[in-house]
Amino acid sequence: MENGDPLSFWQECYVKFYEAFIEADRWKQYLEGVGTTLYVTVLALALGIALGVVVAIIRTAHDQQRPGKKNFFLGLANVVCKVYITVIRGTPMMVQLMIMGFVIFSSSRDFTSVGILTLGINSGAYVAEIIRGGLMSLDPGQMEAGRSLGMGYIDTMRFVVIPQAFKAILPALGNEFIILLKDTSLISVIGGKELMYAVDGITSRTYEQMFPLLGAALIYLVLVMVLTWLLGLLERRLRQSDRR
Amino acid sequence: MIDVKNLSKSFGNHLVLNDISEHIYPGEKVVIIGPSGSGKSTFLRCLNLMEYPSSGVITFDGVETTDPKANIDKVRQHMGMVFQHFNLFPNMTILKNITLAPVRTKRMTKAQAEQKAMALLRRVGLEDKANAYPSQLSGGQKQRIAIVRALAMDPQVILFDEPTSALDPEMVGEVLSVMKELAAEGMTMVVVTHEMGFAREVSDRVMFMDEGRIVEQGKPNEIFGQPQHPRLKEFLSKVLY
Repeated sequence: MENGDPLSFWQECYVKFYEAFIEADRWKQYLEGVGTTLYVTVLALALGIALGVVVAIIRTAHDQQRPGKKNFFLGLANVVCKVYITVIRGTPMMVQLMIMGFVIFSSSRDFTSVGILTLGINSGAYVAEIIRGGLMSLDPGQMEAGRSLGMGYIDTMRFVVIPQAFKAILPALGNEFIILLKDTSLISVIGGKELMYAVDGITSRTYEQMFPLLGAALIYLVLVMVLTWLLGLLERRLRQSDRR
Repeated sequence: MIDVKNLSKSFGNHLVLNDISEHIYPGEKVVIIGPSGSGKSTFLRCLNLMEYPSSGVITFDGVETTDPKANIDKVRQHMGMVFQHFNLFPNMTILKNITLAPVRTKRMTKAQAEQKAMALLRRVGLEDKANAYPSQLSGGQKQRIAIVRALAMDPQVILFDEPTSALDPEMVGEVLSVMKELAAEGMTMVVVTHEMGFAREVSDRVMFMDEGRIVEQGKPNEIFGQPQHPRLKEFLSKVLY
């Protein structure tokens, strides 16, 4: 090959691949990005579940109060929960992120934590409605049976209703977790240093987008497949009591 | 033991129970019969406040249960209930189904509850099912377990809400015989049922309900032998063919 000859297609691919992943040890940047992505996912997930459980229980407990014995504070908490769910589900994730990053926490440099907080709050609203759906869909006879034995509302929820509802909502919950994992890619817009942030950094150096983007897509795909597999395992374990 | 005064219950505009006053005495076996929609299940469910009365006062053992400040959980610990659809907890073993409430309400330790559960299971001939799950049992077995679950709390009275209506005909007998045994031991029972044979054989008093009222009541031989009210005559002629 002479100097100045144009490269063939495959040679060009090789060069671009080299630039995207190997030159200057760039693969380490992807790995660091994935690390942050997972870190953000896990913490946002934990926050989302915690918020979701609390909101779902407040909403369900409020709706299941017996007439003539309404609790004022529960009513108030219920209104707060309803507003929270309406606002979060009614506005785009990206807008929420930008408001949190550029308005509310505009002086913060810790973009990743702001991202975790926003994603957790966002996810909580969806998780709350999934859990509430599960709690409400269970045969009311289960709650009645628990209460008829003299167990309190909380005990019956804890030992009878929630374990069964959890099994029923697991597929929907898994879906929400997958969405959350992929939504972490949005926090790069406020400067969170996750996988897409690494991709942006690399493409601005090499002026080449195909391989970094394909690489990121592949990484997300593998992560989601692993998560799906884990959820499948959990589901099968929980179904054991039905099949005996 | 259970005193009901001027009990009314409506769902929306529909009046299901219309000003019922009644008393259930200790050791009594009361059977409630009547056409569907007559309010008999609602009446039963009001007794342990599964349904909250629209008006009226219910007193159990001197405690006014309809008082909003009453501790309804405490009251229910002394009032068992057996449901038409069993309502066993499918997520736990039979033993756990039976021991959960006595342990959680701190009436017994885990060991005591398990011992009692096993003794009760032996009585109904199901001790080999202790570690099975409800989905592995037949309808009749489930209902016998449900009765055991109620008994494990040492209730003073058991309410039966159509306990045999969801069963295959072949399995009705095994459940009724457990109930007859209970009756013979002196348990106070209030039973909503369509099993006229059971009513005739076991009950001390039969109540006939129609359109939210107790239209007629009396000893079983009176109710089945010389019914007075035309509605009751019509009902019996259709049921006893």
